[in-house]
Amino acid sequence: MTSLRVFGIGGLIAYRALFNWISPWIYIPTMLGSPLFQIVFFTYLGRFSGTKSDAFFIVGNAVQVCAMSSVYGATMAIANERWLGTLAPLLATPASRPALFLGRAVPYVANGLFVSAFGFVVGWALLDFHPRGGDVPALALVVFVTVLSCTAFGLLLGSIGLRAKDVFFAANLAYFLMLLFCGVNVPLESLPGWMAAIGRGLPLTHGIAAAREVAGGASLADVARLVWTELGIGAAYTAAAYGLFRFFEAEARRRASLETL
Amino acid sequence: MGRLALPPKTLSTTGFFVLTAVLQPVIFASIAFFIFRTGHHGATLLYAALGAGLMGIWSSTLFGSGGAIQWQRWQGTLEVLVTAPVPFVLVVLPLTLATASIGLYSLVATLVWGRLLFGIPLHLAHPFLFALSIPATVVGLGLLGLLLASTFVLYRHANAMSNLLEYPVWLVTGLIVPVSLLPGWATPLSWLLAPTWGVEAIRHAALGGPVLPALGMTALLSVVYLVLGAAFLELFLRLARERATLSLT
Repeated sequence: MTSLRVFGIGGLIAYRALFNWISPWIYIPTMLGSPLFQIVFFTYLGRFSGTKSDAFFIVGNAVQVCAMSSVYGATMAIANERWLGTLAPLLATPASRPALFLGRAVPYVANGLFVSAFGFVVGWALLDFHPRGGDVPALALVVFVTVLSCTAFGLLLGSIGLRAKDVFFAANLAYFLMLLFCGVNVPLESLPGWMAAIGRGLPLTHGIAAAREVAGGASLADVARLVWTELGIGAAYTAAAYGLFRFFEAEARRRASLETL
Repeated sequence: MGRLALPPKTLSTTGFFVLTAVLQPVIFASIAFFIFRTGHHGATLLYAALGAGLMGIWSSTLFGSGGAIQWQRWQGTLEVLVTAPVPFVLVVLPLTLATASIGLYSLVATLVWGRLLFGIPLHLAHPFLFALSIPATVVGLGLLGLLLASTFVLYRHANAMSNLLEYPVWLVTGLIVPVSLLPGWATPLSWLLAPTWGVEAIRHAALGGPVLPALGMTALLSVVYLVLGAAFLELFLRLARERATLSLT
């Protein structure tokens, strides 16, 4: 029961305390305004270059903008404990570590889903993107899985933030590199082999590919392999993030470096 | 001169500015190179490299202008600067010009990146005018930053506005996508923004075309931004002091 409370209520309180962009004055321009213009920008860049259809860029970017919450937010969810000086009291508690760790991811998953949904609405309202109504549930499921794996990646960065000096630099860099490596705007087959290989090991890549196929009329069964791969990648990042979290916790206790900035 | 030299020195040491001025433009340039290389449009990769470099200059200016006020707020030095006998515009101007100048890294980085990794030749149609267009554009961007910074005196979350304004200005000034491709209302808006003319001057100097008219418009808009920025800064500063909101974060 206590673990459930730590997972649910603790996660929510952590979200309210640690998410820097929760104020509407910051949330709206950063989490909605910036993704809106990102989608419009790359769609027009695609039109100008004549590389791919509008749908390619709209779906790719609408899914990728979940990283605003999943990467930046999830990084804050862990790393901000250290920056705000609350890490030591938190780790002094006997709270279940898996509940404490995973619970704080939940609000960012919900947030990432909302931002991506907003991205698709932008595509529909401004850029003439009209998937068939019947495809929307499958698309939502694919986006949900992608947001999960992307949040796992954010948690990994956050765990690194328990040790690294400037993890927000890494989160910013990761966000932009995803635009290049994950097939968001450049098809994987157009990238050099080593870049495509890295992209295939990152979250988003398979999810975006699946979302594009579903938006193009494919069924969920047709993209099952891509979706399972995305889920597997998310599980691997979650395990790595939790492992690092526990490792850095133990190391910080041993070396008395818990709040060294 | 010290006022102009110090901000670039300090800003260059922050990870965020290295990201904004060097890494981000190179990533965006790579995206543009790959897209243009596989697309059927005739735009050259040099066109993309110049556009991506200028996108970086705008990002540096934008985050620098937002930060120019916000960082002073966070560090508790804004009131001290405001009460100094020097006109406040002379405090902010070096910061915005400096952040625009840091953006020059972007242009150099995208051109070098394009040359080394994508084999893009740098054959300039008008080398002298190219060399003239770059500082003129940087000054124009810096003064646009001053205009923005003046409004940020009243706005507590200036950094969030910076996040919002990055892509729209890239779009509406035609840094990489021609303005003619956008809805009609975007064209008159683009005429009011110095980067529109700056990128035109740089592009024509590099790829061929009339440079001086665009350069003249950049200079004219720079003067307008300076006058408006100084006036707004005075006005908004007075309002912030009256409402006691200067240091609220």
